[in-house]
Amino acid sequence: MFFDSSLSWNDILFLLDGAIVTIAITLASVALGTILGVLFGLVRAGALWWISWPLGGALDIFRSVPLLIQLVLFNSFNSMFRLHWSPYVIACICLGIYTAAFCTELVRSGVLAVPPATRRAARSLGMSWWQEVVSITLPMATRIVFPSWIGLSLGVMKDTSLVLWIGIIELLRSSQIITSRVQEPLLILTITGLIYFLMSFPIARLGAHLERRWQIQ
Amino acid sequence: MIQIEDVHKHFGPLHVLKGVSLSVEKGEVLSMIGGSGSGKSTMLMCINGLEAIEKGRISVDGVEVHAKSTDINRLRRKIGIVFQQWNAFPHLTVLENVMLAPRKVLRKSRHEAEEIAIEQLRHVGLGEKLKSFPSRLSGGQQQRMAIARALAMSPDYMLFDEVTSALDPQLVGEVLDTLRMLSHEGMTMIVVTHEMRFAREVSDRVAFFCKGQIHELGTPDQIFESPERPETIDFLRSAI
Repeated sequence: MFFDSSLSWNDILFLLDGAIVTIAITLASVALGTILGVLFGLVRAGALWWISWPLGGALDIFRSVPLLIQLVLFNSFNSMFRLHWSPYVIACICLGIYTAAFCTELVRSGVLAVPPATRRAARSLGMSWWQEVVSITLPMATRIVFPSWIGLSLGVMKDTSLVLWIGIIELLRSSQIITSRVQEPLLILTITGLIYFLMSFPIARLGAHLERRWQIQ
Repeated sequence: MIQIEDVHKHFGPLHVLKGVSLSVEKGEVLSMIGGSGSGKSTMLMCINGLEAIEKGRISVDGVEVHAKSTDINRLRRKIGIVFQQWNAFPHLTVLENVMLAPRKVLRKSRHEAEEIAIEQLRHVGLGEKLKSFPSRLSGGQQQRMAIARALAMSPDYMLFDEVTSALDPQLVGEVLDTLRMLSHEGMTMIVVTHEMRFAREVSDRVAFFCKGQIHELGTPDQIFESPERPETIDFLRSAI
């Protein structure tokens, strides 16, 4: 079909199936990572050092060890302890914790960038700690770290390609499968790259749009 | 009534409050004057529990502020405070800034909270700025918004911490006018200020702070016309 190559529409559809898996894993891990990241970030920004420091240390491990090693190790634990979790669950948990490790530091820096005087003013109106965090600190911190969070999410989308090593057929793995049959790696990798781009670009644009809207204020 | 009895406080090695005692009656306007670092602002922060104290006790309408059993969030509802830096919530409009606490703390409906907020904002002369963001307001307007924000909780007491010190000179007047208006309405107020003429004009009593203690306490006439302590005389000579 393309330039007299043997690539067919079915191959393209196969690639798009892979893209859907990539999107699903990305959404699940970014959601998990962000929820955990916000909770951990609040703890890290808090005053209780005896819980903040050990948590920071533990998350440093996940930030420092290559994701591929984490995936393969976690997958092996899964077989060793006969957990019978599906590769998808493992992929999402692994990537989710990996995302959380980075997101925690984002949230921490954002929370610490909110002026203490502003937080104090909210508390002086009778708000509880939690009411203040939800109404003042998190909205203000979100505006500060949002660009970095978009960057983190796009990074995670590309990192999902590593889950092919535990047997998941996502976008990159689909392209390999087709390449081994069609034998046109350059064309197929170009198309695959284009699909990744088409998935990332709208997110980046949405991020830029929201950033602009918040900046007007 | 606010009762302060023998309050002590340190910041590290610095002994900032050295046994302050004072009581403020309902409807009274009390000004706290004195040099920077004399402890007057710290005293104010202790009254609504934003700062802890080490010794002594402070009670508001009989409720002890620093007792473990006191629900401090509940107590703060009736003690409004306005700071030197107005501390607007920058991500919310002027209207939302004022609505927030009635909504979250008093659990008012959106409609009710909006009515309260609009009323208070009109009261301080910001009825035209409801939809603006704080960054679009002048310092004086932001400070009046902060006053409206505190008033929206219908507090029984208002504390003012050098509310004009960070303002350009030409904006001081509008904020002082707002304070004047509140005092005429019978609000109980404690005003930490460097504006001596204003303190003299609106106060029922004036407390002169020096080195963490109240050195002299009396009517404005007593303090400004015939101060007794040498520290007060020195301070007033340099301040006026």
